[in-house]
Amino acid sequence: MQYLLSVIHDGTGVTTPTEEADIDTFNERLQAEGYWVFAGGLGSPEPATVVDNRNGEVVFTDGPFVESKEYLAGFWIIEAPDLDVALELATEGSKSCNRKVEVRPFL
Amino acid sequence: MVASLARRFGDLDIAEDAAAEAFATAVARWPGDGVPPNPGAWLTTTGNRKAIDRIRRESKRGDKHREALMVHDDDPHQPLGVIDDERLRLFFTCCHPALAPETRVALTLRMVGGLTVAEIARAFLVQETAMGQRITRAKAKIKAARIPYRAPSAQDLPARVTGVLAVLFLVFNEGYLATGADTDPVRHDLTAEAIRLTRLIQGLLPDDGEVTGLLALMLLTEARRTTRFSAGGELVPLGEQDRGGWDQALVAEGHRLVRERLAAGVAPGRYQILAAINAVHTSSRDVRDTDWSQVVALYDQLVRLDPSPIVALNRAIAVAELDGPEVALATVDRLEHALAGYHAYHVTRADLLRRLGRSQQARAAYDNAIGLAGNSAEIAYVTRRRDQLA
Repeated sequence: MQYLLSVIHDGTGVTTPTEEADIDTFNERLQAEGYWVFAGGLGSPEPATVVDNRNGEVVFTDGPFVESKEYLAGFWIIEAPDLDVALELATEGSKSCNRKVEVRPFL
Repeated sequence: MVASLARRFGDLDIAEDAAAEAFATAVARWPGDGVPPNPGAWLTTTGNRKAIDRIRRESKRGDKHREALMVHDDDPHQPLGVIDDERLRLFFTCCHPALAPETRVALTLRMVGGLTVAEIARAFLVQETAMGQRITRAKAKIKAARIPYRAPSAQDLPARVTGVLAVLFLVFNEGYLATGADTDPVRHDLTAEAIRLTRLIQGLLPDDGEVTGLLALMLLTEARRTTRFSAGGELVPLGEQDRGGWDQALVAEGHRLVRERLAAGVAPGRYQILAAINAVHTSSRDVRDTDWSQVVALYDQLVRLDPSPIVALNRAIAVAELDGPEVALATVDRLEHALAGYHAYHVTRADLLRRLGRSQQARAAYDNAIGLAGNSAEIAYVTRRRDQLA
């Protein structure tokens, strides 16, 4: 079962070198223990572009799809047997990046 | 049966439906075919078959779904935990920390206690549709996010125990004084299951004072069960119960657990203090011998841990015995703002006013209590009290 762990940034400043080192350690654990699927960090949502081609005539909109103080700053995709394991990993992930983490199952 | 199907098939809806279908089949067939030699095994086998049928039907709709169910069906090769109890597993799923606290209680009453959605809605004072949605949503989350059916490991259990005890306490209370107007005033199935699960958890965490405290509290309360209702179905308050009818074995076990906690010499938590209060009550053969100063001292200790108005109300009831109804009434009146919607507040106030000879005010307070109470036996008792007023 795969879970998306979203890192929620709520304006606590940019990632510090300590956080980066802790994230690296956490990533190594995910890989060593077989939970790792994919992960990535994201910059601020300001340079985002929203593309809407639902009506056959594409519309590009400058900026993120939702204006919010909180935004997605990165994510992990993990493979875990159940939610208990996913929550345990997210608990460690939240500590490593010093941010809130949302856990969502993939379909 | 629902618990074992849920564990086998990893899906609460399938388990509930399959169990219901199995019973329906039994009702249809047994009168004609005769009851099978082992009815329990027959029901389990039929339930399993119904569940498999349903999964087959559903698998045509989505292979992914079936795949999820198969992966989840870890029966029977996975090594079992310290305690292999299916209902305990189901219970831990229902009070999983990823579910909202009020949802945990509702789901436990539904899945472990077997209450209907309507009964749970009444207990929570919400609309049946709202409660139905809350439970449906919780079951969908258990399935989609794959909340596991298992008891936590010994190392994870302490982190979950506080939430688990809160749910067990509420389930026990719902059994002890059912809130529904048209349900039985006491639901022994619920109190018995709450005690059984608490015992299992106490076996896992024998040194946790609050687990032992809650078990002692439940046992000392359960010991009085048969004396709490009159032949006419009226609630009998503690002071008027036939103490010779208390279950002496349960009282003795409760007292032993309370003494064990006292001997541990660790500052007690809420359940241990409540258990100690109940130990004081169950120590006197006659209500007139109750050591009220001890009861008030224990409530003082509880107020420091939990300064809620309900604790203050219960403390006032003990104060009335020690310092008289006038002192108690002054305390109770100060709680009006917080407790005006709580029937026990009005019952307590009415009783104190009655003892002070203020019949008219007592009558009004009894009326308020009758309007707010949900338990039929309690309403009968309060109504009689009101009608006895001069």
